[in-house]
Amino acid sequence: MSAAATATASPPTTDAATATKVLSVNNIEVIYDHVILVLKGVSLEVAEGRIVALLGANGAGKSTTLKSISNLLSAERGEVTKGTIEFRGKRVDRLTTNELVRMGVCQVMEGRHCFQHLTVEENLLTGAYTRKISRGDLAEALERVYHYFPRLKQRRSSQSGYTSGGEQQMTAIGRALMAKPSMILLDEPSMGLAPQIVEEIFEIVRDLNTKERVSFLLAEQNTMVALRYANYGYILENGRVVMDGDAKGLASNEDVKEFYLGLSTAGRKSFRDVKHYRRRKRWLA
Amino acid sequence: MSFFFEVLIGGLLSGVMYSLVALGFVLIYKASGVFNFAQGAMVFLAALTFVGLREMGIDFWIAFVITLGVMVVLGLLTERIVLRPLVNQPQITLFMATIGLTFVIEGVAQLVWDSQPHNLDLGIQDVPLPWISDSTGMNISTFDITAAGIAAVLVTSLALFFSRTRIGRALRAVADDHQAALAVGIPLQHIWGIVWAVAGFVALVAGMLWGARNGVQFSLTFLALKALPVLILGGFESVPGAIVGGLIIGAAEKLAEVYIGPMVGGGIEGWFPYVLALLFLLVRPEGLFGEKHIDRV
Repeated sequence: MSAAATATASPPTTDAATATKVLSVNNIEVIYDHVILVLKGVSLEVAEGRIVALLGANGAGKSTTLKSISNLLSAERGEVTKGTIEFRGKRVDRLTTNELVRMGVCQVMEGRHCFQHLTVEENLLTGAYTRKISRGDLAEALERVYHYFPRLKQRRSSQSGYTSGGEQQMTAIGRALMAKPSMILLDEPSMGLAPQIVEEIFEIVRDLNTKERVSFLLAEQNTMVALRYANYGYILENGRVVMDGDAKGLASNEDVKEFYLGLSTAGRKSFRDVKHYRRRKRWLA
Repeated sequence: MSFFFEVLIGGLLSGVMYSLVALGFVLIYKASGVFNFAQGAMVFLAALTFVGLREMGIDFWIAFVITLGVMVVLGLLTERIVLRPLVNQPQITLFMATIGLTFVIEGVAQLVWDSQPHNLDLGIQDVPLPWISDSTGMNISTFDITAAGIAAVLVTSLALFFSRTRIGRALRAVADDHQAALAVGIPLQHIWGIVWAVAGFVALVAGMLWGARNGVQFSLTFLALKALPVLILGGFESVPGAIVGGLIIGAAEKLAEVYIGPMVGGGIEGWFPYVLALLFLLVRPEGLFGEKHIDRV
């Protein structure tokens, strides 16, 4: 692929471009178990204070992209073999998750992953593990989370394993907030939740985005909802970015409608078969 | 009746000694979900190192500190060499690794020191407490009371450590979900290092007390098996459970020996706890204080 070659050769992004850029992923390739190539050159950017959606079908590589940013890959025997990841202009692809959380990048994993036997409040407190702060500050951070998730306050002393799916998702997001991140990687927040709860969660995400200035990179299968709340979107297919654009544009795009919103009578196709569509690679731009 | 109480109290106190060993298991189980088969070997190593240092004429507290250092280093090495490469592997793999570790520790311990039984004198006498025997006529050993006191302090501080501190919460979080713990920025390596070091400390205390009571010898490693019914009764992930389980097992085996023993020709102390554990598994598999497995439907 000649595109990959030009990508590594191209100079790093200029200062003018990094000014508003928080996260930039440049042409990364991820291999699991030394043999399974999952990401085949993914590039994306998140600008300060934005919500960016990462869309695509099952197995497209959304979660893998998020995990390669937060570096949770190593625990799954995955490895970023090519490309770079930069956060606020610094290379972060060799940092541990712990170091990244300290820098302000926190991932909320797919499937919520609450600590089941800990209470909701204890779950939240573990989120502040990386911040060595006083009891007072800790209580304040808790209140901040409860302000956005009043439901969690009511359930603060229940074991989180016994709370509802929506509450667990809130716990997971709240737990990430406790680390005081400037960027949250949110993986599949709508999974297994009722549409009303999904709406509620996304409203809170938007709230956090505007009031706390947290940037979001959001992996979602629920394209419709995600594009409604996001500013910008990337569509992944088979480990490649096949399309990107601002959310409104994507939502009205005929191909997107056809493939992801099911608004077409024709049989399902892949982007690969669409000749007229220029597969956009950021590194060629 | 006074005889009954004497047996009961004796049993409870010896149960505390089991609790001490069980505690080490609980710690590691809580933080990594692994039954650490090597705990018995760690008790053995700690006792052997301590007694070895003492026989070289080293002062009690200095020997204690050195042994503690050895145990902490052992814990950190275990994390680095054995556990770290096995992150995210099935629990059975980790369990097998601890079995391997058992043999390594036992081998090294006997290589460095020797395989002779040693006497360990902690300066606590195993004689009846005079004021209790004077007032009630019961013989309660000073040693047992002291051991129980030490265990009580240890347990209280560990329980507080787990529930109140930042590290303690992180430990429980890691036990629940490795990956999620990683995701919120808890460094698994540090946590495991800490927990193995603490387990080493508990092994040292258990080793000293058991060593002083039975002599420091290879049979200390079998304590691991004695702790098993205690854990099943109390629950694998509960610090208070280890204590209550120990008390029940201790009291039950002594009472059974005295009251049921004669009917079947004696010698039931050795296996009675396992029968009790087996019955318990049928009724309450997670133990008295164990964490219920949470299933959502």
